[in-house]
Amino acid sequence: MDIFGRLTIDSLPFYSAIAASGAGITVLGALSVMAVITYLSAWRLVLFDWVSSIDHKKIGIMYIMVALVMLMRGFIDAAMMRSQQAIAYNNEGYLPPGHFDQVFSSHGTIMIFFMAMPFLSGLINLIMPQQIGSRDVAFPFMNAISLWLTTAGAGLVLISLVIGKFSTAGWTGYPPYSGSQFTPGVGVDYWLWAVLISGVGSTMTGINFLVTIIKCRAPGMTMLRLPVFTWTVFVTSILMVFAFPSLTVAAGMLVLDRTLDMHFFTNGMGGNMMNYINLFWLWGHPEVYILILPAFGVFSEVVAVFSQKRLFGYISLVLATMAIGFLSFTVWLHHFFTMGSSARVNSFFGTMTTIIAVPTGVKVFDWLFTIYRGRIIFKPPMLFTLGFLVTFTIGGLSGVLLALPPVDYLMHNTTFLIAHFHNVIIPGVLFGYIAGYMFWFPKAFGFNLNEKWGTWSFWCWIIGFYLAFMPLYLLGFLGMPRRMEHYEIAAWQPHLIVAAIGALIIFFGIVCMAVQLIVSIRDRQSALDLTGDPWNGRSLEWATSSPAAPYNFAVLPQVQSVDAWWDMKARGVAYQRPQQYEDITLPKNTFIAAVIGGSAFVFGFAMIWYIWWLAILCLAVIFVSVVVRASDDDSDYIMTAAEVKAIEDERFAQLAKAPKNEMADDPGFAGEPIPEAST
Amino acid sequence: MSATTMTVTPQDAEKYEEKEFGFWLYLMSDAIIFALLFATYLVMVGNAAGGPTGKELFSLERAAGETALLLLSSTTFGVAAVALSQGDRPKVLLWLGITFLLGAGFIFLEIGEFRGMIDQGAGPDRSGFLSSFFTLVGTHGLHVSVGLSWIAVMFGQVVFKGLTAPVASRFMRLGLFWHFLDIIWVVIFSVVYLPGLL
Amino acid sequence: MDVSSGIPVERTLKPYLIGIVLTLILTAISFGLVAFEALPRETALIVIAVLAVVQILVHLRFFLHIDFKSTPRENLIALAFACVLIFLMVGGSLWIMFDLYHRMMV
Repeated sequence: MDIFGRLTIDSLPFYSAIAASGAGITVLGALSVMAVITYLSAWRLVLFDWVSSIDHKKIGIMYIMVALVMLMRGFIDAAMMRSQQAIAYNNEGYLPPGHFDQVFSSHGTIMIFFMAMPFLSGLINLIMPQQIGSRDVAFPFMNAISLWLTTAGAGLVLISLVIGKFSTAGWTGYPPYSGSQFTPGVGVDYWLWAVLISGVGSTMTGINFLVTIIKCRAPGMTMLRLPVFTWTVFVTSILMVFAFPSLTVAAGMLVLDRTLDMHFFTNGMGGNMMNYINLFWLWGHPEVYILILPAFGVFSEVVAVFSQKRLFGYISLVLATMAIGFLSFTVWLHHFFTMGSSARVNSFFGTMTTIIAVPTGVKVFDWLFTIYRGRIIFKPPMLFTLGFLVTFTIGGLSGVLLALPPVDYLMHNTTFLIAHFHNVIIPGVLFGYIAGYMFWFPKAFGFNLNEKWGTWSFWCWIIGFYLAFMPLYLLGFLGMPRRMEHYEIAAWQPHLIVAAIGALIIFFGIVCMAVQLIVSIRDRQSALDLTGDPWNGRSLEWATSSPAAPYNFAVLPQVQSVDAWWDMKARGVAYQRPQQYEDITLPKNTFIAAVIGGSAFVFGFAMIWYIWWLAILCLAVIFVSVVVRASDDDSDYIMTAAEVKAIEDERFAQLAKAPKNEMADDPGFAGEPIPEAST
Repeated sequence: MSATTMTVTPQDAEKYEEKEFGFWLYLMSDAIIFALLFATYLVMVGNAAGGPTGKELFSLERAAGETALLLLSSTTFGVAAVALSQGDRPKVLLWLGITFLLGAGFIFLEIGEFRGMIDQGAGPDRSGFLSSFFTLVGTHGLHVSVGLSWIAVMFGQVVFKGLTAPVASRFMRLGLFWHFLDIIWVVIFSVVYLPGLL
Repeated sequence: MDVSSGIPVERTLKPYLIGIVLTLILTAISFGLVAFEALPRETALIVIAVLAVVQILVHLRFFLHIDFKSTPRENLIALAFACVLIFLMVGGSLWIMFDLYHRMMV
């Protein structure tokens, strides 16, 4: 038995300059992070306060850090594709096909699994428990496992740059190409294990959030008083629990085909390749709603706060969210209209796809009616929201076009499709999470982000987006297929050059975000969020301090209305000092979750490289870790009432230094919350 | 429940309810996995690629034996659960042990079945039909094996910690798991073995 | 469900005994249909399917103690939702795959 499986010295990327540079940057990146931590003598802090933490707020922040790092990695892929396509008219460009294929495969995989999913999991983790008046999620330890499993998956994608290659089968991995007959080698296996491992994490996250919302709400917080963001989380969690199993099955079967020579999807021997496509998209369609529903939730929060007006149409937003969630399980075939189904099947799914556009339209109108007659404050989260409303609508319309099978027959797998889904994902998902990041940053860290750089970032993103993607609609009509490494049609090149310029401007947008962060950290003492409520917010997360105490609420709030915090401010009961404090039980920090995640990473690596002894060892470590944790009946500690009082006294002291309302000096400020007419 | 070991604060009671509900949701996600494995099996049952079919490979007697073992083990687990509610530690251990033996017997029969098929050249790499058979039945078998290790851990916890509330909570979740696997087996013999032999 | 501790606990053997008897009978009928080839294949398959559904209900009721009175509402809703989704996902998949098979022998 070969101790290194199929791993050899040739697995290192010295066969190409580009591959070697990619590896070099990855290794350098990892080393610099470690160097910075060492320089700041922060290893104790990193390990004992963060890696071993199972506090939902810290887990949320770590998720977002993964997302932002992977955003840059995925963007580099995008920049490489745009620059290659801009120059590769009648020439090979600089990116050979095998490499180009890895780039488009990792771009999609990273952006969906390792940028968008961690971003939404992070924002939800940080905020949702506070919005419902809870002290943490239902299962803090499992929450940490989810984080580390996601990180393990991201780690596998990153290490594929250094050892071996990544998949060339796209982010969807269709057989028979992705099977071992046509693509032996480690690339597809890297993709499969990254997706499988992080998928287990996502399923657990869905279960966690669902139980939290159903069981851990504060007194008086009925379902119909939940903030709309929490409602979107609720439906998203249902989708996670019920859709991810399909991905597990599809990817699992492909692993079995590749590793154990089975015949689920082989071309011959009784394989059924369309079954993969069916199973993959059974997951894939709900997945895109998993990606966007929390973003819709963010927009709902932002639009109300920065229009200084109650969100319009609460019930319709809730019903629309539930409708979208349910319908998302009835449309999946629209991803493969062209693959041989009868007219009856195609028209059923086409009809359902057209129907699912309706509840989203309802939401857009609800947001517009919230803004109407509001007193708008144009801070960066609101800018991203306004940009979303206009731009996403265009993308949605192109989706309605594609929902018609005869139209899809013409446009499928052209750049029209690429334009459509980026036109819903970037203004929808990404702008939503960037808005959420900028909106909730003060809550996470206790100081505000620099608004000037945030505004510039927005303008770069939106201008860059239109330049990068509108040409792709045209190119689709001109017949350009997706994933083209070079081409011979002159008419395409000008559009691709414009698209490349758009990508460059988006790059500036990302740079602005990075500068924003650096400048804000540098200037944090002059931008402190002393009250915990920097935007004159409406929901309960703004009731806690910024950052929130480990227990969130010293005394659980008594909720009497939707927009619970706004209601408390209006009734004059906000910031009330309690008569007395009680002991609070909190979970202890533990390294076991990170150990499980780390073992999952090594397990994935071992399975990819056929290092069987190591795979078995990792499974044993995971098993032992689970049993150890499951036998631990002493995993909590008690924070005494006196300690709670000390933290709260400090908070009230800080409140005393703060202006009454942090938005009071804003020229657009519409006034303090006042008691509403009784509803 | 014995009063001394089972007194539970309201917050802890809430925590146990949450764990039970969370585990139930996990079982629902597992149900989806099995449902899709069944769907795949139905799509591929005819794809024997010129190789052996269920009619040639399945044995009614062995399937009946496996079914009897698993069904009985569900009941013996129930006996252990009732013993738990009565605070009867030795009885819990006895019936947990019997459950383990019945489950192990099931796995033993199943491994024998798989071995036999592989030896005749009817392994999962022979055809699409066999890939889907081995994966469906094997995934169930893997779940049962995990259940067996959980029973073993439970046995140890009852011995070393006694019938405390956290132990009881885990025990009942194991019960949910074990009975759920029995349900899956009912579908397996009804969709795989019996139609295969008809 | 023992409401005070949050831990679902069954105090009597009765449901398990009823359960084992019912499941043994239902199983025996299904297996018997195959052993004795008592019915034509089509009919036998339908009977076996119905017996399986009944047996699942027996399991849910007598082993998992699911009923409309004591089981928390959210558990029932989750189960109902799972059933609806399984119907959509499995039904939809079978429809799609058999439609493809008829059109393309795939």
